Amino acid sequence: MAPMRTTPMLSVRNLRSRYGRIEALYGIDLEVNAGEIVTVVGANGAGKTTLLRCLSGVQPASAGSIEFHGHNITKLPAHRRVGLGLAQSPEGRQIFTNLSVEDNLRLGAYLHGDERYDQDREDAFNMFPILKEKRYQLAGGLSGGQQQMLAIARALMSRPNCLLLDEPSLGLAPILVAQVLDAVKSLRSLGVTLLLVEQNAFAALSIADRAYVMETGQITMSGAASDLIADPRVREAYLGL
Amino acid sequence: MSEFLQFAFSGMTVGAVYALVALGFTLIYNASDVVNFAQGEFVMIGGMVTAFLYASGTPLWLAALLAIAIAAVVGVLLNKLAVEPARGASVVSLIVITIGASIFLRGLAAIVFDKQIHRFPAFTGEDPIGIMGATIVPQSLWVVGGGLAIFAALYVFLTKSVIGKAVLATANNRLAAKLVGINTNHMMTLSFGISAAVGGLAGVLATPITLTSYDMGISLALKGFAAAMLGGMGSPLGALVGGFLIGLIEQMTAGYLSSEYKDAAAFIVILVVLFTMPRGLFGPRVAERV
Ligand SMILES: Nc1ncnc2c1ncn2[C@@H]1O[C@H](COP(=O)(O)OP(=O)(O)OP(=O)(O)O)[C@@H](O)[C@H]1O
Ligand SMILES: [Mg+2]
Repeated sequence: MAPMRTTPMLSVRNLRSRYGRIEALYGIDLEVNAGEIVTVVGANGAGKTTLLRCLSGVQPASAGSIEFHGHNITKLPAHRRVGLGLAQSPEGRQIFTNLSVEDNLRLGAYLHGDERYDQDREDAFNMFPILKEKRYQLAGGLSGGQQQMLAIARALMSRPNCLLLDEPSLGLAPILVAQVLDAVKSLRSLGVTLLLVEQNAFAALSIADRAYVMETGQITMSGAASDLIADPRVREAYLGL
Repeated sequence: MSEFLQFAFSGMTVGAVYALVALGFTLIYNASDVVNFAQGEFVMIGGMVTAFLYASGTPLWLAALLAIAIAAVVGVLLNKLAVEPARGASVVSLIVITIGASIFLRGLAAIVFDKQIHRFPAFTGEDPIGIMGATIVPQSLWVVGGGLAIFAALYVFLTKSVIGKAVLATANNRLAAKLVGINTNHMMTLSFGISAAVGGLAGVLATPITLTSYDMGISLALKGFAAAMLGGMGSPLGALVGGFLIGLIEQMTAGYLSSEYKDAAAFIVILVVLFTMPRGLFGPRVAERV
């Protein structure tokens, strides 16, 4: 466990959210400290994506609070949160399919000027060389794995301090899963704090420092990733062991 | 030959106006999925405001600039007051809202201005130019040239500038646009403003030829919508080509058959195209992988 003295980078208190009359989050408490990789694991429909959508401001919170770097951002519009350094690579990649790969990256750096962009684009190409090869192609024509790399690279273009990653390995061939997760691990050395949501609980727990287990809109367990990976309940429910 | 050329000239002229209206549809549709049936009213505002300011002694160029600016402001207000509050409503409700707005603007124009037909002088004289036995008025060149210039400017703006790309991104994936830090409400406002300014400009260019009145917007909106559908809703190039095609078909039919059939002919061509290519001539064809 990271030392708890300093204020967490991201702090969620009693967060609730609903789709119409259906509640999807019933009071989530969660913290992410600077430099950590934290993962949220849970079954289909547990509310992991809803949680990340609330954190990014594309889904309203009906109660509770979200603090980022000590600022209350619960009501802040989505585009302002990106400016504060909170970025997301969303579930289903959500790349701009009818724009080129390079334009996707440029828009990732929408809040930055051209000089900074040129530099960051080269970093992105170094991390994912395939994107350089395909830079002038329409993003919609990329394979699933390439789209996932583009989604992560695009999110990094805003130079976030905290990156929310929703199911980066979903639907990828095993060899690509490894490649994408390696890239995710390497983000820590860039100074990016990570909140990772994964169905692939084993992979997520093995790269994370801490983890939360989510069930039907609530956190049911939390602790060091190494403890949870050894917990019989987790092993049975999420690791299929 | 000279007859054909004559019909082609008039077809290009009305076609350019349809193309500008269709471009307006395209811009708003792209940023917001809204089909804005008040698009024709922007053209009316461009023509009427210029005519009234000019009649009251304002120099023509200044009257035209003010008219375009006023059209843009009306476009922004339309978005802020009628479309944005209805965010998330069904496509049909949004169409009904824009039709309501067009009726309101027409009524307002009848009160603020009047119900007469108006015009102002052509920019560079009224004497027709003879070309291979046919004639064309100089204002037609302004209309066609203006249409092409606006298309080129929009193309450069949308594909080369970061803000233009952000407009396209908002159209392509609103959620992702928010997640990269784009204020999607601003992009919609911008689209309505530009679209209305383009419509206003069309009114300024065309009025010396077509004349203007408070109720000229409806038929223009229908023709512009048809042009946008023919070209492929959402494609700027499609809007341009669709506009010119409908203008040409219309004027050829009117010239060689009878002007009674011109609307029907354009309509039949649209139906045939949409039957064979449901997305129109230049509609999106990218396979989207999930
Ligand atoms: N747009 C929506 N409208 C209504 N209900 C929704 C919507 N999106 C999600 N839900 C519901 O909210 C609950 C949480 O969904 P969410 O997508 O957050 O789960 P998840 O943990 O991300 O699942 P998965 O692992 O399948 O991605 C589910 O019961 C889901 O059916
Ligand atoms: Mg999910």
